[in-house]
Amino acid sequence: MNTDVALILLQDGLVNGAIYTLLATALVLVFSVTRVIFVPQGDLVAFTALTLSAFEAGQRPGTVWIVAFAAAGALSLEMIEAARQRDRARAVRSVLRFGVIPAVVILALFLVPKSAPLFWKMAVSAALITCLGALIYRIVFQPMAAASPLVLLIAAIATHLGLNSIGLHVFGPEGVRTEGFSGSPLALFGMIVTSQAAGVLASSVVVVAALYIFFRFSLRGRALLAAAHNRRGAEIVGISTVAAGRTVFVLAGLAAAVSGLLVGPTTTLYYDSGFILGLKGFVGAIVGGMAVFPLAAAGALLVGTVEAFASFWASAYRDVIVFLLIIPVLFWRSVSTLAPEDGLE
Amino acid sequence: MTRALVRFAPSIALALAALSPLVLPTYQVAVVTYVMIAAVACLGLVLMTGIAGMVSFGHAAFVGLGAYVSGYLSSQLGWPAWIGLACAVIAAALAAGLIGAITVRMSGHYLALATLCFGISFYFLVGNSEMLGRFNGLTGIAPVSVAGFELRSERQTYYLVLVMLVLVIAWCRQLLSSRTGRVLRSLRSGPVIAETFGANAHHYRLMAFVLAAVIGAVAGWLYAHVQRFLSPTPFGLTASIDYLFMTVIGGSGQIWGALLGAGLVTIIKHELQDVLKFVFGPTTRLELLVFAAIMIVVLQKARRGLWPFLEQRFATAIAPVAGIEPAILPRRRAKPAHGLTVLSASRLRRSFGGLLAVDGISFDVKGGEILGILGPNGAGKSTLFNLISGALSRSKGELSFLGSPSSKASARDMCRRGLSRTFQHAALVQDMTVLENVAIGATHLGRCGLFASSLRLDRVEERQLLGWSMHLLDRVGLADKAFELAGNLSLGHQRLVEIARALAADPVLLLLDEPAAGLRTNEKAVLADLLAELRAEGLAIVLVEHDMDFVFSLADRLMVMNFGRRIAVGRPEEVRADTGVQEAYLGVAA
Repeated sequence: MNTDVALILLQDGLVNGAIYTLLATALVLVFSVTRVIFVPQGDLVAFTALTLSAFEAGQRPGTVWIVAFAAAGALSLEMIEAARQRDRARAVRSVLRFGVIPAVVILALFLVPKSAPLFWKMAVSAALITCLGALIYRIVFQPMAAASPLVLLIAAIATHLGLNSIGLHVFGPEGVRTEGFSGSPLALFGMIVTSQAAGVLASSVVVVAALYIFFRFSLRGRALLAAAHNRRGAEIVGISTVAAGRTVFVLAGLAAAVSGLLVGPTTTLYYDSGFILGLKGFVGAIVGGMAVFPLAAAGALLVGTVEAFASFWASAYRDVIVFLLIIPVLFWRSVSTLAPEDGLE
Repeated sequence: MTRALVRFAPSIALALAALSPLVLPTYQVAVVTYVMIAAVACLGLVLMTGIAGMVSFGHAAFVGLGAYVSGYLSSQLGWPAWIGLACAVIAAALAAGLIGAITVRMSGHYLALATLCFGISFYFLVGNSEMLGRFNGLTGIAPVSVAGFELRSERQTYYLVLVMLVLVIAWCRQLLSSRTGRVLRSLRSGPVIAETFGANAHHYRLMAFVLAAVIGAVAGWLYAHVQRFLSPTPFGLTASIDYLFMTVIGGSGQIWGALLGAGLVTIIKHELQDVLKFVFGPTTRLELLVFAAIMIVVLQKARRGLWPFLEQRFATAIAPVAGIEPAILPRRRAKPAHGLTVLSASRLRRSFGGLLAVDGISFDVKGGEILGILGPNGAGKSTLFNLISGALSRSKGELSFLGSPSSKASARDMCRRGLSRTFQHAALVQDMTVLENVAIGATHLGRCGLFASSLRLDRVEERQLLGWSMHLLDRVGLADKAFELAGNLSLGHQRLVEIARALAADPVLLLLDEPAAGLRTNEKAVLADLLAELRAEGLAIVLVEHDMDFVFSLADRLMVMNFGRRIAVGRPEEVRADTGVQEAYLGVAA
């Protein structure tokens, strides 16, 4: 291997790593606030690309129906609970809150013509996926918020399985590749950087920086951090952990959507491609011990780079290498963080 | 009626299973065969996940390993299937031993994720291996032959699988009711119980991991020689998730849960698939959505699975009949002479970050003496207990037990040397009987391990250990509750069970952490009598207790702690008169 090849691989790795960084950041966020290892995030990434691709082809994406059904389910759960508590205010509040979702659905159904600009299609796709993130929280995780991380992990895997099966049903088995950032390649330090690569890196940096600012400087963000540090304590000082969970799932949905928009043009995505993508983001998150954002980002970049080089040397074993790489990291993390023992009950 | 029905249920089920191929159509026979193979695989998961508390998302990899080892030997080298079985089991045990050596040290979700990683890796490794036929698969696997007769048809393989299933169930039941099994069953609530009573929790976790892999490999072997064609797909992540779901839905804590789960999941899936394919076209996999939904509801509403629901209805009917005679162990540890120093601690210190929980405590306990430790909440009493019993390592200080120094903290080691304890928050295995819980205390007194109990060579020892446990339950006054589940006892009675369990280890020093909390007045009197008796037998007892009357009437000497320091030590009346104690503890006005 000469330097040129190495540089190309490195660039490839960094671009993939930037996407994994986004995923890893969102995973750390969700885990630290709700203790859910959000495996289905990867599925949301694939769904975003599939949604955008349907818009590009001038069709109505199946995502609309997924969101509509999930919203109906979540709303009925919410109504049953409100009725049981005889809490009329809550019923009104949830109707209002869920009112956002039909609006997005109608938007997606009627206001995205084939001729619409790419940006508009991207925005509507992202909005749909973000709604889905919030709905998953309401239906699956909110009712079991107090369970152990292990039980939540099993639930997350079940959710992944469910999304996978809906994905095949709604999108079919064909793969898609979406339009990317157009523009001529740039020359940077003697390397040729495609505009796609530059776009991915820039977007990833912007989103991660925005998240950082949100958590560091806004009251809502700080309340989330408080809920992450100590659930009981946060509840005592009046921070709703349910609202905190909802917020992070919305953010995670958004991060997944952005990743999907970024990764769509570089790789052919199928309904089931998301899982492996999500896992790679997850390896990065694990390097950061599911808690430290900069370490998680570094881990994600490392995963991207290892993957790029592994696919050069032994392309068939690319994924095996990445996943076997996790085990020592998991071991180191498990031994150094002293997580509490938790059984199934 | 129900009692008889429940008692003979296994035999009835077996008879039905044996006769059903004679009446069922071939297709159904094949379906049931696959249900039974899945049930074998799930039994492995019951051991690992339900019993030992380690969740695996990579179980199908071990099933696949067993299948591919035997499949390869059969199709490429022409080896007979039975030798393939031996090789499959050995390969799985070796692989699990290696992987487990790293992974079982991890806890909770870390371990689950590690299993997920090797599960996925196995799929890709096999799929890319030329030798194993890549994703196209491996063909030409010979059927199993018994005494020269080849089992080829659906009905013949059905009986092969049924026999193996029954053997594996019998073996699991045998194992779980043995000394080894009791320790395994304690692991789900953490390593503390095992370590406190002299068992190496890590060793047992590894054992559960390897056993799960071996049972999985047996299931894989069956699959390979029934299907006689292998591809990587049935051993991928989806299959691992399926096995886990079957186990959790059925009830991961019980052997019968695996059968129930495997049966329900496979059969409903089959039927559902047919209906959904008819409605939505041949490529649909919406049945997975239904399963995901069922799984999520089970996790939200009934985390213990469906079997406990069934069991609850018959719970009274299946209470085992008593057949265990109280007995005293034939060889017991010699009690120290009265007045001999059993434990001496000097300048013990332990800090947690900036907090000095125990600060330079020195004391000793003699044989035939009860030392009471008093102190307000947060005085460092429980930390002191943990330092003495080896559950925590000390930052500084010396500790010697029966004259020999104990340099490194190890609860396991201290138990074997004759120290035994109870916990402030009763730590019993809730879904084991009271008698079995007590028998965990006697773990280090037994010798029979995995192999002896698999072959039922442990009967004499079991009778001794259980008899000894019965004797101790009798002493604490709970013999009539021996066969109830520990979780059904009142908190006060759970503490008494803990005392019986601690005594089962045949200690010379007993540490009791608030034994009288939650007891009624007459029960306290019984407990005080018991402790006085034990003292007369020569046991050294250290007692932490908030009930003043109880401590002052019972203890020979008292030590008072506050903020991690010793503020007084002496005979009860001296301590009562001590002004420092009155100020710090009983209040200035006292």
